[in-house]
Amino acid sequence: MWLLSAMAVLLYGAVVALLLMKRPSLNYSWLGAFPVVLAAIIGCIPAIQVLLGGPVEQFHVPWPVPFGEFFIELDPLSAWFLVPTLLLSALSAIYGVGYLRPWQSKRPLGPIWFFYGLLVLGMMLVLLARNAVLFLVAWELMAVASFFLVTFEHERQSVREAGWIYFVATHLGTVFLLAFFLLLARETGSMDFAVWAAQGIHTQGLAGVLFLLAVIGFGTKAGFMPLHVWLPEAHPAAPSHVSALMSGVMIKTGIYGLMRAFTFLGTPPLWWGWGLVAIGLSSGVLGVLFALAQHDLKRLLAYHSVENIGIIALGLGVGLLGMSTGSAVLMVLGFGGGLLHVLNHALFKGLLFLGAGSVVHGTGTREIDHLGGLLKRMPWTAAAFLVGAVAISGLPPLNGFLSEFLIFLGAFKGGISTGGPVAVPLLVVIAGLALIGGLAVACFTKAFGIVFLGEARSEHVSRAHEVDWTMRLPMLMLAAGCAGIGLCAPVMVGSLQRVLENVTTQRPEVVRMTLANTTASLLFVVIGAVTFLLLVAMLVLVRRGLLSDRRVDESVTWGCGYPQPTVRMQYTASSFAQPLTDLFRPLLGTRKKLSAPRGLFPAEAALKTETPDLSREEMYRPMFERGERWLSQLRWLQHGNVQLYILYIAATLLVLLVWKFR
Amino acid sequence: MNFISFLPLLLALVLSPLLSGVINRTKALFAGRHGQPWLQTYFDLWKLLQKGAVYSRTTTWLFRAGPIIGLAATLTAAMLMPLGNFPALIAFPADFLLFAGLLGMVRFFMVVAALDTGSSFEGMGASREVFFSALAEPALLVALATLARQAHTLSLSTMFGPVSGAHWLQAGPVLMLVVIALMIVLLAENARIPVDDPDTHLELTMIHEVMVLDHGGPDLAFVLYSSALKLWLFAAMIVGMVLPATGNVWMNLLLAVVGMLAVSVVVGVIESVMARLRLVIVPQLLVGAGALVAVAFLLSLA
Repeated sequence: MWLLSAMAVLLYGAVVALLLMKRPSLNYSWLGAFPVVLAAIIGCIPAIQVLLGGPVEQFHVPWPVPFGEFFIELDPLSAWFLVPTLLLSALSAIYGVGYLRPWQSKRPLGPIWFFYGLLVLGMMLVLLARNAVLFLVAWELMAVASFFLVTFEHERQSVREAGWIYFVATHLGTVFLLAFFLLLARETGSMDFAVWAAQGIHTQGLAGVLFLLAVIGFGTKAGFMPLHVWLPEAHPAAPSHVSALMSGVMIKTGIYGLMRAFTFLGTPPLWWGWGLVAIGLSSGVLGVLFALAQHDLKRLLAYHSVENIGIIALGLGVGLLGMSTGSAVLMVLGFGGGLLHVLNHALFKGLLFLGAGSVVHGTGTREIDHLGGLLKRMPWTAAAFLVGAVAISGLPPLNGFLSEFLIFLGAFKGGISTGGPVAVPLLVVIAGLALIGGLAVACFTKAFGIVFLGEARSEHVSRAHEVDWTMRLPMLMLAAGCAGIGLCAPVMVGSLQRVLENVTTQRPEVVRMTLANTTASLLFVVIGAVTFLLLVAMLVLVRRGLLSDRRVDESVTWGCGYPQPTVRMQYTASSFAQPLTDLFRPLLGTRKKLSAPRGLFPAEAALKTETPDLSREEMYRPMFERGERWLSQLRWLQHGNVQLYILYIAATLLVLLVWKFR
Repeated sequence: MNFISFLPLLLALVLSPLLSGVINRTKALFAGRHGQPWLQTYFDLWKLLQKGAVYSRTTTWLFRAGPIIGLAATLTAAMLMPLGNFPALIAFPADFLLFAGLLGMVRFFMVVAALDTGSSFEGMGASREVFFSALAEPALLVALATLARQAHTLSLSTMFGPVSGAHWLQAGPVLMLVVIALMIVLLAENARIPVDDPDTHLELTMIHEVMVLDHGGPDLAFVLYSSALKLWLFAAMIVGMVLPATGNVWMNLLLAVVGMLAVSVVVGVIESVMARLRLVIVPQLLVGAGALVAVAFLLSLA
């Protein structure tokens, strides 16, 4: 009942926002944000109850759609995804109130709040639906609402293009889902998820086809490389609080769908685990490499979402390997690490996108190389962004370390005890996660260091100002969440108990035992983290004591004897990343255009680098161009003669009638 | 918890600055010089702790926080590293992940503090630091995975015991590959030749040294001390692998310390007989180390 009221509040709020905010003079953003916050609070109550061991709620209503039924259920798996979804929706909504202020006098904000509410509603329904038709309707609601949010600044050509790419990509993904659901329905004769989970698929070949369909369909939403092309376009184009929501939680519905699909498909063969490990490795490593090569802050973060989806996929891969070999340790740690990373990524990626939004809000640019020195002008944003950057790099004592720790631990435990077919992919997981972690440090020292530290690189920074409290508060809360989860690790992992029973279909005591072993390790991790924080506090005091009665001067940065450095001599984001982008050039396809200085008294020189998305350029563009050429042969059908169009309709109807009464 | 469990930490705290003295004396011996005193690093630390500080106007609180966070993380990492067959103060399954994570934390804040100065030299060093360490990370963790598989345990404190001594007779090739790879990681992570030259006089070619150009006084002392500790911790891994255990506790202790000094001598010899590699060659060395341990892991599957 809580859930239905939350959905009703969302719908009501969305419609009210649309009807009221028709003119710029009627813009009351809090009117759009308040229902989302309220719905989040109402919706979180049952979700947390279920996670803590409460009964699983169900709700049926007949629905006059063929094969459809309004059947929703809140089981632990849905609840685990629902909590971050609602939390981040509420915090992004509060942030949006401040973020949308510059547009307040220019255009009606009704539509954006309307679609925001619908997007949250759509995500809720996707997580709760237990009927395939309802699921697909919710899936489309989510896709269409987010499309309108992405194209908020539709007067810009680049935004329209991004929206279009997103629209096409998400619907191509849906085609695969449609095939997935139809095949399942034909096999079991039902559209009901409960029936699918109970019956299972018993033909190996069919299960394999279904697995591939689910990976492609849900993977497009999640952003598996090379299905990720829409992410780096759509996330930068959308308003930042929407980017936070889409990148933090909307793409996770793809992961949710995939995990739900695993519960229908029976015991997985070994190659599924290998497949997901391969996908995780390519998404993780290529995602972070492309992120390193970007000059646009939000684009960098978008590619980083691909990387984090890769980490989650590595976790799921470990879990699947465990399912095929019947190893509870691999299942619990793999799936557990992946699930925890879903929550963690929602927190820190939401935080980072909101931080990037504040930077854009304050300076008016997303170009990393135009920024610099923002820490002095935006201390709160900088501190919050720093927390997010450390967390996403997977460093202790913050939350990103924990989920990677679980996946690593699973891979290590399996790696020392299993034979070749399982140990080799686990070795790939270990090496891959290590490389991803190292590259993530490179990427986020770059993002944080160039944007917030050093001297201002352009006049954009000189008009920068700290954002107001509606925008600061959500960032600080998310930062506190990152630190809080890091320090409550054993509790957090304990709360995965019911979700893991749900996913692995193992007996509760088996899951509990494996989790208990892990919690013991995590307790030591927390002890280490606390020791570290105490040492930091102690050393701060030591340093203060040492410097208290001594001379502390200020001067210019040491320039190796050069007394008049200028801001243009600083290292830039491109130069910082250059060694890595050069090394991985075959994978990145970075284009360089250099006009080198010539002669004894060189007057000018220029260097331009850009890294367009390789799979977009090399795979999708040729594919779509060929498709267009091929289909344009049918242009003669589309001639603009209305009478003939009506004839087409009549002819189609006739053919259908004949087919029906044959 | 008794006195013995504090031993590895205490020895690390007290003796780690000695290692660079040993390395420098070895190099001096090769060059036919007298060389600096054995305890030079202690003198440096002492002098730096007495000094005031000068900060660049460009820098912020992060620049001052960098050395503190770096040293705190290194000290915490030191609590996880055993010495010879003396277990560490804190030991639990997969403690090496926390160890690697803490060293990542050191790196993150060193690099960010370097970028805080706005100096292009320090930016250069920072860029190279993250570049090389990203490539060294897989080699380190796969090496530990191989060791864990050999020893059937996941804690640093119990991992080295079973693989040292007699185990070399059974799995010599595997362990040899791991030791070589760990040695390469040690050289790369601690800014030694052939990856970085700690004694170079040209800022353009440095990595680690150039990142701390602007630090001075107690801050620089913190940085120096945490680098010394880091070298100690990596050397302890290699000593743990090759050192056979005897029955006598004091004998073991003596052997462990001698082992640490021996590793420093080896580093000094490598520094004396090699030149620094060109920066574009270094990735090949690190990827090569990764390949070695991957082969070692695959060998240990059989």
